[in-house]
Amino acid sequence: MSDSAALRVTPLNAVHRASGAKMVDFGGWDMPVQYSGIIDEHNTVRTAVGLFDVSHMGEIEIRGPQALDLVDHISSNWAAKLKIGQAHYSGLLYDHGGFVDDILVHKVADDHFFICVNASNQDKDYEHIVAQHAAAGFDCTVENAGPKYAQLAIQGPKGPATLQKLTGVELAPIKYYHFTDGIVCGIPARIARTGYTGEDGFEIYIAPEEAPRVWGEILAAGAEFVIKPIGLGARNTLRLECKMALYGHEIDATLTPLEADLAWIVKFDKPAFVGREALLKQKAAGITRKLVGFEMVGRGIGRDGYEVRLNGEPVGWVTSGGPAPTLGKNIGLCYLPVAAAEPGQTIEIMVRNQPVEARTIPTPFYKRAK
Amino acid sequence: MYPETFRYTKEHEWVLVEGDTGTVGITDHAQKELGDIVYVDLPKLGITLAKGATFGSVESVKAVSDIYAPISGEVLETNSLLAGAPEKLNEDPHGAAWLVKIKLSDPSEIEQLMTVSEYQSYIGA
Repeated sequence: MSDSAALRVTPLNAVHRASGAKMVDFGGWDMPVQYSGIIDEHNTVRTAVGLFDVSHMGEIEIRGPQALDLVDHISSNWAAKLKIGQAHYSGLLYDHGGFVDDILVHKVADDHFFICVNASNQDKDYEHIVAQHAAAGFDCTVENAGPKYAQLAIQGPKGPATLQKLTGVELAPIKYYHFTDGIVCGIPARIARTGYTGEDGFEIYIAPEEAPRVWGEILAAGAEFVIKPIGLGARNTLRLECKMALYGHEIDATLTPLEADLAWIVKFDKPAFVGREALLKQKAAGITRKLVGFEMVGRGIGRDGYEVRLNGEPVGWVTSGGPAPTLGKNIGLCYLPVAAAEPGQTIEIMVRNQPVEARTIPTPFYKRAK
Repeated sequence: MYPETFRYTKEHEWVLVEGDTGTVGITDHAQKELGDIVYVDLPKLGITLAKGATFGSVESVKAVSDIYAPISGEVLETNSLLAGAPEKLNEDPHGAAWLVKIKLSDPSEIEQLMTVSEYQSYIGA
């Protein structure tokens, strides 16, 4: 057992423990990995609605007359293109083009940006942004605001109907990757139509001391749709089916957005941002490896870190892999040499020292019907 | 819950000895810890297992766990049910979802394994 005293906890830790969730050390956080079972929870989100505690995620807020300039300096996507109330996915990159983190940038006002970052990266991200801010000297402030927010995700086809019962804000007009501020369960909330599951739904940001009450009210509101609490295990299988990246797996400091098949978050038309020069160089030279999806053909499951071979030669590694409950097969993502990174390529994955046949396939593996 | 007739290992396998044959499985505690089991890898018939050696693996959605031979002997039979229905290991780990049957090469080894009361106190049940 790990030393739970050293782990960080969310405001819902006692609620998870009381409900019998199985807890794990997730990047230094004591988090629920499962409640009723990963497959059951996965299917609940695909077919009904699930509730996630993602309060471990960090938030960094940038405010001031030159807030936009700092955001567009540190972020590879182009925040100047965002409207107030709109969010986008982006990369927080090093000068060499590798990822500090992947982030969600929300434009709250012309002089206020709200950035959602990964739990175990939040302090590193904050320090990186502060250092970039000090070097560039824009007129704005940077706040490491993680402790100010609890974050809950209400995901699944019945997610909007569940949340609608708890707010006077009309949710239907909020488009995907848009958000608004309003009252949920009687308290102020940031209500964003975002998520990490590939389903419709919302993520809300609220005051941490209110989280246990709001958690309970959401579960009660969703009871008619058979809502269930969802742990990090299903969060992982859900995101993998949609080929959403997970830091430390598909992306890290040694991998660039171009390699990770995330070129769309790199806006070279933007005149300057940290990492641009390195990525321009990489683009001109051509990438040598690329992230690609695969499915197992032989018996076995390709897991994170397993070696990938092509005609017997080691050529890459699995970044994430496992069963895809919605698809009923074993899938994964891996890095392969660019020449082999096309769908239909036969590869071998070394499963416990035995080569097992797999085949590259188009991604995302799963896309919900609109 | 845990049959009196089984003997248990610290790695959460059980063995039931009948004559010179031992039936081996994983415990209910093990299946609960693993969660949804999606794949079971079992040895080939006829190979000889040494007590304590890895002879296969059980995979849940999240993780792979080795299974260790609780006793030494030759693999007589593997449970064909598990290839098509690995989830049976979650449903009936002490019954229908046994893993292998072994012809014991040293039946005295069984005395080194935990009794049901020892196992239950080991897992804090």
